[in-house]
Amino acid sequence: MARAVLSQADISRALTRISHEILESNRGSSDLVILGIPTRGVILARRIAETIARIEPDAAPPPAGALDVTMYRDDLTRTRTRTPQPTELPAGGIDGKTVVLVDDVLFSGRTIRAAFDALNDLGRARAVRLAVLVDRGHREFPIRADFVGKNLPSSTRERINVRLAEIDGDDAVAIDDTVAAEGGEA
Amino acid sequence: MSERFLITGATLPGGERADILLDGGIIAGVGSIADASGATVVDAAGLIALPGLVDLHTHLREPGYEQSETVLTGTQAAAAGGFTAVFAMANTFPVADTAGVVEQEASLGRTAGYATVQPIGAVTVGLKGEQLAELGAMARSRANVRVFSDDGFCVSDPLLMRRALEYVKAFDGVIAQHAQEPRLTEGAQMNEGALSGELGLTGWPAVAEESIIARDVLLAEHVGSRLHVCHVSTAGSVEVIRWAKARGIDVTAEVTPHHLLLTEDLIAGYDPRFKVNPPLRRAEDVEALRAALADGTIDIVATDHAPHPVEAKESEWQAAANGMVGLESALAVVHAAVVETGLMNWADVARVMSSAPARIGRLHGHGESVAVGAAPELTLYDPAAASEFDLDRLAGRSTNSPYLGRRLPGRVVATFHGGYPTFLDGAVRPLDEVARNAASALGVVHG
Amino acid sequence: MRHLLSTRELSREQAIELLDIAEDMAAVQEREVKKLPTLRGKTVVNLFFEDSTRTRISFEAAAKRLSADVINFSAKGSSVSKGESLKDTAQTLQAMGADGVVIRHHASGAPYTLATSGWIDAGVVNAGDGTHEHPTQALLDAFTMRRRLHGAASRGRALDGVHVVIVGDVLHSRVARSNVWLLATLGAEVELVAPPTLVPVDTTTWPARVGYDLDAALSGTPDVVMMLRIQAERMHAAFFPNSREYARTWGLDDARFDALPPSTMVMHPGPMNRGLEIAARAADSPQSTVREQVANGVSVRMAALYLLMSGERGDA
Repeated sequence: MARAVLSQADISRALTRISHEILESNRGSSDLVILGIPTRGVILARRIAETIARIEPDAAPPPAGALDVTMYRDDLTRTRTRTPQPTELPAGGIDGKTVVLVDDVLFSGRTIRAAFDALNDLGRARAVRLAVLVDRGHREFPIRADFVGKNLPSSTRERINVRLAEIDGDDAVAIDDTVAAEGGEA
Repeated sequence: MSERFLITGATLPGGERADILLDGGIIAGVGSIADASGATVVDAAGLIALPGLVDLHTHLREPGYEQSETVLTGTQAAAAGGFTAVFAMANTFPVADTAGVVEQEASLGRTAGYATVQPIGAVTVGLKGEQLAELGAMARSRANVRVFSDDGFCVSDPLLMRRALEYVKAFDGVIAQHAQEPRLTEGAQMNEGALSGELGLTGWPAVAEESIIARDVLLAEHVGSRLHVCHVSTAGSVEVIRWAKARGIDVTAEVTPHHLLLTEDLIAGYDPRFKVNPPLRRAEDVEALRAALADGTIDIVATDHAPHPVEAKESEWQAAANGMVGLESALAVVHAAVVETGLMNWADVARVMSSAPARIGRLHGHGESVAVGAAPELTLYDPAAASEFDLDRLAGRSTNSPYLGRRLPGRVVATFHGGYPTFLDGAVRPLDEVARNAASALGVVHG
Repeated sequence: MRHLLSTRELSREQAIELLDIAEDMAAVQEREVKKLPTLRGKTVVNLFFEDSTRTRISFEAAAKRLSADVINFSAKGSSVSKGESLKDTAQTLQAMGADGVVIRHHASGAPYTLATSGWIDAGVVNAGDGTHEHPTQALLDAFTMRRRLHGAASRGRALDGVHVVIVGDVLHSRVARSNVWLLATLGAEVELVAPPTLVPVDTTTWPARVGYDLDAALSGTPDVVMMLRIQAERMHAAFFPNSREYARTWGLDDARFDALPPSTMVMHPGPMNRGLEIAARAADSPQSTVREQVANGVSVRMAALYLLMSGERGDA
């Protein structure tokens, strides 16, 4: 059984709030790089970058990109073979920048741990922040998000299903009451 | 005093049902036999009684390669396959190119007692294709050799082949040729065709076989000699032999069970169990070989039973040995290939697997019809016992059978050689029993 | 993917996925830190029964850039040349805990035997077997073609309609076989040109046209001309009279090269016999992809090793 938890309007409001919080904590949009983790984190990163550009129309829009962490995961021989996605860095790279990592769901924290390793191989960021649409708890690493759309305490048996219009046709977050699968969660 | 056996309710090759009484050195009765007191009764209802099978082409490996097979284990395999006589190929070590070696082989066979071992003599010294072996001495020896072959190698030198054909006329011998043009098959790994090109395995062209057969039948015609062609494997070879027979050339030919059933497609997985010389060919060749056996162009089925130790086949394709064991599976494979397909009946099978090979090899006391007074050589086959061919069916020392895991339509139930069982109820009879019976049977014959 | 034994068994989707992953690997090759931690703790054995420094180095670089430990096992001068069987060697590697085996063997099908024998659990990559296949070479060739044709927009694309002429010793070439199957799977139109003695007698099952006239084939303005290495010893086995006649009839000489449109790629799997199957001018021209092929080889092999050695064991 699926239970809707965020509507399109909820998602939109959450991303707008996150964008404001990012600007506030970074004191503006300078030297920001917004990197989404494939697949849905990349969409969210792009939306956040666009929102920031709308909020600060006079500043240069912050560049958005993609950071694939597949090759840095610690579970590669525990699940089916994962197909890596492209990593796309903005032209200026990440050296000296404040990198905001964006993912759809924060779960065990293992994806973010892998993302730190991936970032490390790409350069030396000045600071790394984390933004997620949903934080569902059950952390296995000492990792905490800086910007959270919605805290959603869940059972490990449940599956958080994030739908985004660019990929899935509409925006929605729902909880499926089935045994947790790995897709879309981290 | 030897044991008597009453085989009841068997189906003879011609289809009629009969009881068969084996009494010492002969078949003492065929028909409805009510009274055979003291005889051991073997219920043969539903079983086909064939004259004991005769294999004109067996590799027994002894002397020299006893890790693969011995005369004893090879004749046990023969018994398990329904064979009562095997012609032992000459490529042993030392090569069977002298009277001494062939006499030793024959004697080992007599002592073991599981089947008559009729040695084949080498055509050339050491199978080297350079100089004729002592063909006359082998013919006159106690082994009484009539078939000569360098099998494994082709007698490719045309002059040497001509001389061999001519020479054996003196004692009604026959040259059994392994037809393989050596230059055309250098490094050859499988039948040359579309599949060899895909698999990157050096091709073994049909023409390498056919050109030698064509040459040899013309030589046989020219010198008026008898030629036997081993393991014919291609449709083209069939055409050449058909032409030669129509011309009146004295040629006979054999086909192996595996060339009647298996095709080159099996090689796609590079499984060395399917590596054999001559190689497995195309489905069209299999069709042509079956038709040729049915119409008499090919005279006989011969197994080319070629045992190899496990390590000779546990390797990459190129390094693996050529050859398959075939005695234990031969009758069931022939059943599948030509009887189930409606091309031949059991009387035809009795001809191509018993009487014709005995005649070609000039072997007496074998290949006689199941009739009163005939030699007590008999095979009982269950044509309804379809089952998966497995290791339990192999009675020789080696297990390189291409049929393991394949369903075959029937199985040999019993084999009688010299009037005593060598194989009964699906099991090879014990060594000491068979040896004792053999000694006693010899006593009957010579006494 | 459990093993990579031939391109014949690759589906179009699998081939494109591998090429796409190779794009990701190529991107890593352009970074300052060229190494990924993906196969940390894994052992890749390069099992070479035949000398091939280039292929071995390429696989070694690929494995190391994925952080695998690499053991080079050259059959020359080892127990293998003293009669040790493939089985014994495989069992040794199994005991050493090899996770992946890259095998180059002079016998066609040897990688197949290794992968299906049950002697070893490791994933097997065929790095060239006899005259059968050399799948990573064909994959790097296809990768190179796709990059030249589509550049940054290569991901997800096949080679539909690309006209490829492969010239030379097709009979003995594992590179040609792997390319024929892969290129056809990717939608390319493949034409083989060779002396009749150097083509298998029956190619009716091959998804390729076969011809004997190089000039006729080149007049069709192919997108790619791939020259195969010709081995001098072939002339001693009467496949062709001598190297001069071969070069005149089937070599990409200056005149033939000059007649090609500048967009035609010239490929060679290396090592080249300059002046025999390919003239120096063609080999060194901007149309030549020879150096890209070498660089792309590492990316493609990284992709192959990743696909074989990640995922649960037994994962198809």
